[in-house]
Amino acid sequence: MSRLHVISGKGGTGKTTVAAALALALAADGRQTLLVEVEGRQGIAQLFETGPLPYEERKIATAPGGGEVHALAIDPEFALLDYLHMFYKLGSAGRALKKLGAIDFATTIAPGLRDVLLTGKACEAVRRKGKDGRFVYDSVVMDAPPTGRITRFLNVNHEVAGLARTGPIHNQAQAVMRVLKSPQTAVHMVTLLEEMPVQETADGIAELRADGLPTGGVIINMVRPAILDHEAVEVAANGQRTAVAKALSLAGLGGARRGGMAERLVDPLLEQAREHAERVALERAQRAELTGLGLPLHELELLTDGIDLAGLYRLAADLRKQWPA
Amino acid sequence: MSMDVAPRLDIDVLLDDPQTRIVVCCGSGGVGKTTTAAALGVRAAERGRKAVVLTIDPARRLAQSMGIDALDNIPRRVEGIGGGNGGELHAMMLDMKRTFDEFVEAHADPERGRAILANPFYQSLSAGFAGTQEYMAMEKLGQLRARDEWDLIIVDTPPSRSALDFLDAPKRLGSFLDGKFIKVLMAPAKVGGKAGMKFLNVGVSMMTGTVSKVLGGQLMRDVQTFAAAMDTMFGGFRTRAEATYRLLQAPGTAFLVVAAPERDALREAAYFVERLAADQMPLAGLVLNRVHGSGAEQLSAERALAAAEILTLAVDPLDPDDALANAAEGSDPAKNGAGAENLADGGFVDPPSGNAQARNSSAVDPDVSPTSADSSAERLAAGLLRLHAERMQVLGREQRTHDRFTALHPEVPVAQVAALPGDVHDLAGLRAIGERLAVPPERTSRAAG
Repeated sequence: MSRLHVISGKGGTGKTTVAAALALALAADGRQTLLVEVEGRQGIAQLFETGPLPYEERKIATAPGGGEVHALAIDPEFALLDYLHMFYKLGSAGRALKKLGAIDFATTIAPGLRDVLLTGKACEAVRRKGKDGRFVYDSVVMDAPPTGRITRFLNVNHEVAGLARTGPIHNQAQAVMRVLKSPQTAVHMVTLLEEMPVQETADGIAELRADGLPTGGVIINMVRPAILDHEAVEVAANGQRTAVAKALSLAGLGGARRGGMAERLVDPLLEQAREHAERVALERAQRAELTGLGLPLHELELLTDGIDLAGLYRLAADLRKQWPA
Repeated sequence: MSMDVAPRLDIDVLLDDPQTRIVVCCGSGGVGKTTTAAALGVRAAERGRKAVVLTIDPARRLAQSMGIDALDNIPRRVEGIGGGNGGELHAMMLDMKRTFDEFVEAHADPERGRAILANPFYQSLSAGFAGTQEYMAMEKLGQLRARDEWDLIIVDTPPSRSALDFLDAPKRLGSFLDGKFIKVLMAPAKVGGKAGMKFLNVGVSMMTGTVSKVLGGQLMRDVQTFAAAMDTMFGGFRTRAEATYRLLQAPGTAFLVVAAPERDALREAAYFVERLAADQMPLAGLVLNRVHGSGAEQLSAERALAAAEILTLAVDPLDPDDALANAAEGSDPAKNGAGAENLADGGFVDPPSGNAQARNSSAVDPDVSPTSADSSAERLAAGLLRLHAERMQVLGREQRTHDRFTALHPEVPVAQVAALPGDVHDLAGLRAIGERLAVPPERTSRAAG
């Protein structure tokens, strides 16, 4: 049973929304989840309609059945000081390092270290236990970098363990990799039913598998209902034009005769239907691609009014129904 | 109606102006940034410019559409550019490691260069973790500009908010180089050297001890070797970063912020606009991709749904269970070819949830019922109306998010690009996007406000 859920996917597919919905879903029935943001966009705060999150774990939402979602926006600089403090008790020396520009160096000039800190912090939360010996969080959900970067991001500690072949950094890196490569972790991909995101999903999963990182499921986001297909549109366009105009008129949309409002609606409506049918056909092909990946598929409907807090809870409920218990 | 009317961004004026030498496309992931950069390149070349597109990690298909599937660091000529104006298009994909290596080779003497390239710390750094990409993209841009072979360089930026981190590069490198940390790092390596000794006071050696404790002995040595080898180069790095920064601020550069009409993408776009202003970078405007329009805007979503409801009720009395059963049948592709009368039926693949679509084909036998032709037309009309309602809802949402951006940044010119139903696979597709970029969408009053 996975406890660290890493959510990746192509940009624009709704990773943050899905991560938030999953954190809510997993918090049901009195459970505790931590939602972690690593890209510094404050997307979680926006979703939950609160002010910017500081670098601290704080309760952000209550789930049905008394569970709680906590959120943490990881800031690389604070994470480094935290890390130094945790492993080396370097309170004042950490501040001195900051003054020297070492923190700037670590978090920007040597950018790989940023990824070390981000993954390290998330794994620490996964492993953390309370005084009662139980895990503090039942699950940790990470709003992770996009598909193109995810494998390297998760593998950074492997790289580090190779660089620092002994010593505390080596040990810490190894410990993080043990969590990330174990069944405790599942990397989920968010996609849309469009060519590029599906292609990236397939490529990303192949990369994860090649590096021995545990894949979870694929979440198809913003699924829209299919209303008409090509054949229906062609039937309407060839021969039924007048009848369709009459039907529109019957529904109170103006005259069906040439130049009447109902008659003038037929062409633009058919044009939209053609575009829709083309999309339906494309989506069918993409869904087949995804099925071929051999991973569990989950679907979330498009919320036409955009995502607000209520919408987020709806997606969470939807996800919970589909999620393996 | 929007309260503020954004000025229109005229892409052709921008591309045709010989003073325009660099166009930088930035924006959040998934908004069509790379496609926009490629489409701008095709359009500029076909209007007579000698252009090069620098892309970063493009989708394979998009790269192929320009004929670059070889991942290399050298600009390749794109074939099939028309226009007959003597324009050319070249395209290249940034190879981060190669760019970094070349930088080292160009700025260090051979022996030092070899030492750096062999250093494990360098190898891991240059392989491309978050952040390196931004620096290397800017380094490559500086190189391309210095070669002066192209009169227009179009740059795609990495897909993240840190895409603008390169703007911080000179400052960060400066504070790093002028700071003590590098000297601390270098101190043990330079013991005995003239420069190092001065800093080897008690405080520094304590600090070296701390750093060493954190990094571990062997890594510390690798980092020290790396820092020592990079020492002279860091200076070059900073000079280059500063030069590129000034180049970006110069009048020949135009930043385009790319977005889709969605809340998150436009929020990021607003961030980019503000960030560019803070750094006094020349913003040309906002490219708003995938904007939906409708040829029947006069018909509102509410009215279309109400009309669809009337038609549905006229055809069949409501029986939700039956409707669902039929819907399941309808989604079976095998049924769709059953017969001419059933085509329309088979066409309804999935009724929208919450709107039970009553279709009782067993009650109304199409072969017997005299109203069958009409009722199938009515069903079709109802489907068309539901689709239209969905489209109008999308339009409304897009308009609201766009209005919000315009209210915050009324001064930013906007070019809207009408949505395509499918993806782009070839030059023709890129050309079509370029056309949409340059010519405002017809029939919609949205561009005009």
